[in-house]
Amino acid sequence: MSGYLWAAILGMLAVTFLIRASFMVFGHRLRFPPSVVRALGHVPVAVLSAIIVPGAIAPGAQLDLSPANPYLAGTLVAGLIAWKSGRTLTAVGVSFLVFGLMRWLG
Amino acid sequence: MTGKFSSALEGASDTIPLAVGTTPFALIFGTLAVASGLPPLAAVAMSAIVFAGSAQFVSLSLIGGGAALPVIWFTTFVINLRHALYSATLQPVARHWPLPSRILGAFWLTDECFAVLERRLQTSGESGALAYYLGSCAFFYLNWLGWTSAGAFLGSRIPGISGLGLDFAMIATFAAMISPQFRQRTPVAVAVVAGSTAWMFHGLPYQLGLIIAALAGIATGIALDQHGRRTPDNPGDREP
Repeated sequence: MSGYLWAAILGMLAVTFLIRASFMVFGHRLRFPPSVVRALGHVPVAVLSAIIVPGAIAPGAQLDLSPANPYLAGTLVAGLIAWKSGRTLTAVGVSFLVFGLMRWLG
Repeated sequence: MTGKFSSALEGASDTIPLAVGTTPFALIFGTLAVASGLPPLAAVAMSAIVFAGSAQFVSLSLIGGGAALPVIWFTTFVINLRHALYSATLQPVARHWPLPSRILGAFWLTDECFAVLERRLQTSGESGALAYYLGSCAFFYLNWLGWTSAGAFLGSRIPGISGLGLDFAMIATFAAMISPQFRQRTPVAVAVVAGSTAWMFHGLPYQLGLIIAALAGIATGIALDQHGRRTPDNPGDREP
């Protein structure tokens, strides 16, 4: 576990640093075409959705689409509040409450 | 010297609102890392030497799922690729900086400090920009590191923390982060494709499904962008 963990962390450091240093440290001036900028703009939604969906609809690796699934209900609450209000922290806080209550009651 | 020092202080103080905004996430990250089985030292080390919030969060679910090392590294690469844009944007300014400052400045390059520096460059130009930027970064870095450590400490003190459903904290946080973008149509399509692909391939070993799903989502976004530009009634770029 430990060797794996440290290899993971050091590799993440190397990848992240090389990206950040790419132009600032080594590089020459370069302007990215707008299409590349837009493509990169899709990364957060794509990566995070790929994590959210399986985690919310199948918390124990077992598909559970019922409203009594606290992961699904809580995720929907977080998403809806943030979508409506744009307040990330409020959305997260309320969803924690919903999740906690559902687990406590259920 | 005092000029540099006051620029650095100014950078730090301009970063306070953004640092406050990320503080809960640093705390959650530290707690969650310990709850998902990382030793507290590894949680703190990740904040100290990787220093990339979203990639750190995502890596927890990958490490917890026993992902292959190349999957972890490649995912980190995809998530952090946007920093190359920042790096390229700052290059004309940074090329006047001494090499050690450039290296440190690159290591510290985050969404938040980039945004703070950009605003400063637009309002006051390049004078004192290096000290200002390093002050901003140092403050942001210490804040992230400090609250991660606090979270890791908290996590290691709460008994049975891994049974509390803290993995929900990450999913909910991610959902709240991306859902404001769903007011536009393209991000909705990206999310639907990435999410359903991830579910379809969630049984693949080493968390390979995550990469397939992310790439499918990004490809969807690119395709829709191009389609949007080619539509005859929309000759120019448009936001959907």
